[in-house]
Amino acid sequence: MLEAKNLVFSYTKEGKPVVDHVSFQVAPEERVGMLAPSGFGKTTLMKLVGGYMLPDEGEVLVDGKPLPEKGYCPVQMIWQHPEKSVNPRLKMREVLAEGDQIEDRIIEGLGIEEDWKNRYPQELSGGELQRFCIARALGKGTRYLIADEISTMLDLITQGQIWNFLIRETTERKIGMLIVSHSQELLDYVCTSQVDLTL
Amino acid sequence: MSCQEKHHILEISNLSVSFRQYDRGTNQINLPVITNLNVSVHDGEIVAVVGSSGSGKSLLAHAILGILPYNASLAGEIYFNQELLTEERKKQVRGKEIALVPQSVNYLDPLMKVGLQVRNGDKSPGVMERMKALFRKYHLEQETENLYPFECSGGMSRRILLSTALMGNPRLIIADEPTPGMELSLAKKAMEDFRQFADEGNGVLLITHDIELALEVADRIVVFYAGTTVEEALVSDFESLEKLRHPYTKALWRAMPRNGFETIPGSQPYVKELPEGCVFGPRCPLFSEECEGEIPERVVRCGTVRCIKCEEDHSHHHHGREEAHTHAGS
Repeated sequence: MLEAKNLVFSYTKEGKPVVDHVSFQVAPEERVGMLAPSGFGKTTLMKLVGGYMLPDEGEVLVDGKPLPEKGYCPVQMIWQHPEKSVNPRLKMREVLAEGDQIEDRIIEGLGIEEDWKNRYPQELSGGELQRFCIARALGKGTRYLIADEISTMLDLITQGQIWNFLIRETTERKIGMLIVSHSQELLDYVCTSQVDLTL
Repeated sequence: MSCQEKHHILEISNLSVSFRQYDRGTNQINLPVITNLNVSVHDGEIVAVVGSSGSGKSLLAHAILGILPYNASLAGEIYFNQELLTEERKKQVRGKEIALVPQSVNYLDPLMKVGLQVRNGDKSPGVMERMKALFRKYHLEQETENLYPFECSGGMSRRILLSTALMGNPRLIIADEPTPGMELSLAKKAMEDFRQFADEGNGVLLITHDIELALEVADRIVVFYAGTTVEEALVSDFESLEKLRHPYTKALWRAMPRNGFETIPGSQPYVKELPEGCVFGPRCPLFSEECEGEIPERVVRCGTVRCIKCEEDHSHHHHGREEAHTHAGS
């Protein structure tokens, strides 16, 4: 179980918190959609849950234990802009190696072609690049996966390919998912449950 | 190009954009990002150019405004109000008669307060009033004026960029991905504002990946794939598969969640590895040897298509004409 308990976070000392006492749970077999208007702090919340930032109050627990300070984080995040989440000086082969022993099955399942691995990020299209970012997040140690608007910029065919793959893969490996998207139709198709953060 | 004969605000014919890049060492190569693209926008019309990110469609906006980087070269013609848009003329009209709502929120100056950027430094009462009215319209609190861009969320930033574009009363808005990160209700609201702007006799060129949103607001859809326009269709053509012309557009239609989320394998080719002839060839179910030759753009049922397999369907033709006229009248 992935648990967020009473998370509070603000960017300034005096200002009102961006994340204000938010709690939710995700079970390994669940795909939970997150609903909130823009500017609500969804991405900030996802960064807290993914361990990229520490909350001012509250805690993030995986099976009752806090996220590890060292080593592989069981909660992995896929970002909205793939071109901003890979090192531009690494070839894609090395980008994949940043992950935790990515299986060939995943690389094939995402339709990544062998030749793409020899390229630099700027030599791939957005859709091709996002496939690498998804593969990288699906290492052996991944237990929960955060998808923050990961497919909005892609054409619908690529979106469909990616989501159909993610549903298969996470179901098989019992990886719980947290999904942020502004497309209600997509959330309805992908998620097992949805949380309205404004309530 | 299409069946309607109306005043063109913008007409782009055979536009190609390529980049000069260093390959290995001092070896230079030419990277064709856009090839033979045709788009036109008429009075009172919203035309959506739909394609996935990384496909080079933002460069279309930059080409029209003359803000391509120095290593880019441009071929083809662009007409604005029937007048050839030279690099000189682009400098005169941009930010005034042609306004851009840019894609990236990084286009805001990180060191300048929002209000100052929206008004372009102007503090006169009229300008202040107009800004306040625009902020009210887009649900931006008046305090937003005193914020720096990093203090604004992605959705807020987009509304700030939209307000900035509308400050100068433009004739044509080029909106580059104006809605991702906005929740649906606000995205639709932003689209309504484009609609209203167009209905006043202006034009909007909407560049987006979001075909569903485009279908709600646009009059015509131009489908962009691997650097070129494969089809230009009326929005009403998307009501059924039979009315669409290009195999890629049909595949897109099938991939919409409401039509079953059905996908085809493969991905759009990278510009350096474009196939011979039809760019969709390697993924196309109708592919044959002739598709490796030159693929001209054809007019079929009041739209255009770049496919030699698409058949002229005369039973639909009359129907299509009627629709074009209904649109022209609306």
